[in-house]
Amino acid sequence: MTAPGLAGDMQQRPVDSRARRLARWLYTRPRAQLALLLAAPVLWVGVVYIGSLVVLLLNAFWEKDAFTGNVTPFAWTLKAFVDIFTKPVYATVALRTVGIAIAVTLADALLAFPIAYYMARIASPRARGALLVAVLMPLWAAYLVKAFAWRTILQGNGFLSWVLTPFGIPGPGLTQLFNAWLVLSYLWLPYMILPIYSGLERIPSSLLEASSDLGAKAGTTFRRVVLPLVFPALVAGSIFTFSLSLGDYIVPDLVADAKFIGNVIYDNSSLGNLPVAAAYSLFPIAIMLVYLVIARRLGAFESL
Amino acid sequence: MRRMTIPAALVAIGVVLASCGSSVPAGALTSLGDGEGALNLIIWDGYAERGAVDKAYDWVTGFEKDTGCKVNATPMTDSANGVQLLKSGQYDGGSFSGDATIRLMAAGDVAPVNTDLIPNYKDVFEGLKLKGFNSKDGVPYGVPHGRGPNLLMWNTTVVTTAPTSWDPIWEGGSSYKGKLSIYDSSIFIADAALHLMQKQPDLGITNPYQLTDKQFNAAIALLQQQKANGAVYWGLLTDQVQTFESGDTVIGTTWPYQVNLLKGEDPPAPVEAVLPNEGSTGWSDTWMIAKNAKHPNCMYRWMNHIISPQANAQATVWFGEAAVTQKACDAAEAILPGHCAAQHASDEAYWDKIWYWTTPQASCADNDDATTCKDQDAWVEAWSTLRGT
Repeated sequence: MTAPGLAGDMQQRPVDSRARRLARWLYTRPRAQLALLLAAPVLWVGVVYIGSLVVLLLNAFWEKDAFTGNVTPFAWTLKAFVDIFTKPVYATVALRTVGIAIAVTLADALLAFPIAYYMARIASPRARGALLVAVLMPLWAAYLVKAFAWRTILQGNGFLSWVLTPFGIPGPGLTQLFNAWLVLSYLWLPYMILPIYSGLERIPSSLLEASSDLGAKAGTTFRRVVLPLVFPALVAGSIFTFSLSLGDYIVPDLVADAKFIGNVIYDNSSLGNLPVAAAYSLFPIAIMLVYLVIARRLGAFESL
Repeated sequence: MRRMTIPAALVAIGVVLASCGSSVPAGALTSLGDGEGALNLIIWDGYAERGAVDKAYDWVTGFEKDTGCKVNATPMTDSANGVQLLKSGQYDGGSFSGDATIRLMAAGDVAPVNTDLIPNYKDVFEGLKLKGFNSKDGVPYGVPHGRGPNLLMWNTTVVTTAPTSWDPIWEGGSSYKGKLSIYDSSIFIADAALHLMQKQPDLGITNPYQLTDKQFNAAIALLQQQKANGAVYWGLLTDQVQTFESGDTVIGTTWPYQVNLLKGEDPPAPVEAVLPNEGSTGWSDTWMIAKNAKHPNCMYRWMNHIISPQANAQATVWFGEAAVTQKACDAAEAILPGHCAAQHASDEAYWDKIWYWTTPQASCADNDDATTCKDQDAWVEAWSTLRGT
């Protein structure tokens, strides 16, 4: 009875193909396996991604001819950094950008929390689904379309002016810094709602019940149970709103005619002053590194 | 060694004479080959129309059909941006104003041209040949496109008395608070300097592009005052057209092209424009070929095409600037009668009053070593500072 079976097994045994030999060779060499697996992504991140960043940042230390605009590679100078630290305009722009980024983050946190709370803890499953779609819907429209839509709302003969003029209030126009705050808060709101929503959803109801069983009022429960538990999610959301606002340069240009860090970098690179553009781009990188270190301390990375 | 000098000098003279004999400048194309099938251009908006806005104005489609050179045009926001674009190495050439051409020639980013390969070059007005902004050491570096002054434009429903001077955007700017439309480029500092030439003669400004520290600071102070009056800055000309349409701006500095666009709307936007009494800054644009152009044969064909009677007539009527050949002027009569007379196409005395855009240089672009002027970088930086604070 076993003989035919054995014969069958013999027939099915794979031929000693090249792929088979390679597999056998790799089986005993875990390091080679790992190298093969990671070579492409490491090459991508290391050479293409980090490499191009390094070249960009090297520009910050190179010399530029004022007349021809040519940058001389490997002609080392700190002139770009001297410019950035001695000319007050760079500090002004940085403060303006960071200020707006903080204001946008605060506004989004205040707006997002009640919406997320309702979605996570109060709404029926059907309403929750509808709200999720509503929150995600704006993300389907292109960023530029939304920015231009706001431009038409805010401009001289736009919607806001049409609503406000009968009350004797002039429309905002397109030169108010306030506009940048308004539009950025609108754009990044979903990125704040979603982390808070999932953070609130994770809090077990039993904790809230235990809190009220122990005599805590609603306010106390919120302050001492809900807020500490959801805080990392709030910080996680703030990473998005803060960093996206910090890096934006299209909205400030379109609706506020204001210069943010990104505008100054863009202007300098498009006008041929690459060293200053490169040096200045180190600034938001430094801010974000500090921000991420703090966020990590606060446990935000576990809530992403 | 001493005796060697004379024969060496003779040889040098011989070389110079020989190079004068043949009209092909070193580094220029010596003969025209087949087109390469593509042409990448840096342009001022409106310099390469294919009938998208108005079907009657199309000087690209026919060129593509005749030469097989597919045209890709990228608009620059200002001259400094154009210089940076050309340095990227992706373009065959572009239509540059004087503040860009001088830098490009000095940096060696553009090549001299062999005008023998451009048959239409012989028709170009003599007043536009071998100028400082389109040649170096007597060698031509391109063909002219057109020239014109920067104008003052206003909304006639708000500004009811037609202005004749630049005052409304400077001292008189407070009358139109927040509604001043201003060109967003460092070269606009020259417009402030031009105004100061008249208003504060004691500053001694003789050239609005070559300013000493004191003159420069006075110009910047004037610009800060303008900003405090609520200037709305435009980079691409479409931005300005939009703010004039929406009423966000009612008066400002412009190019003839925006005036044409706004007046050509249906219904026409209520705007008028004038060349104010003080004179103005302006431009004389030159098509130049990049030193390492990938499609040089297409670029030469384009340079010949753009100064051909039909193309130059269309292009200069479309933008509202002066044509560069008499034949183009004759052709323009069929499109817009009186075009060349209105634009002073061959009236060199008129152009003497226009300060063409040029590059600010530390040497003040003169031979006087005693004075130094603010250079291009200082201008760009001062403008960034003005805009950033």
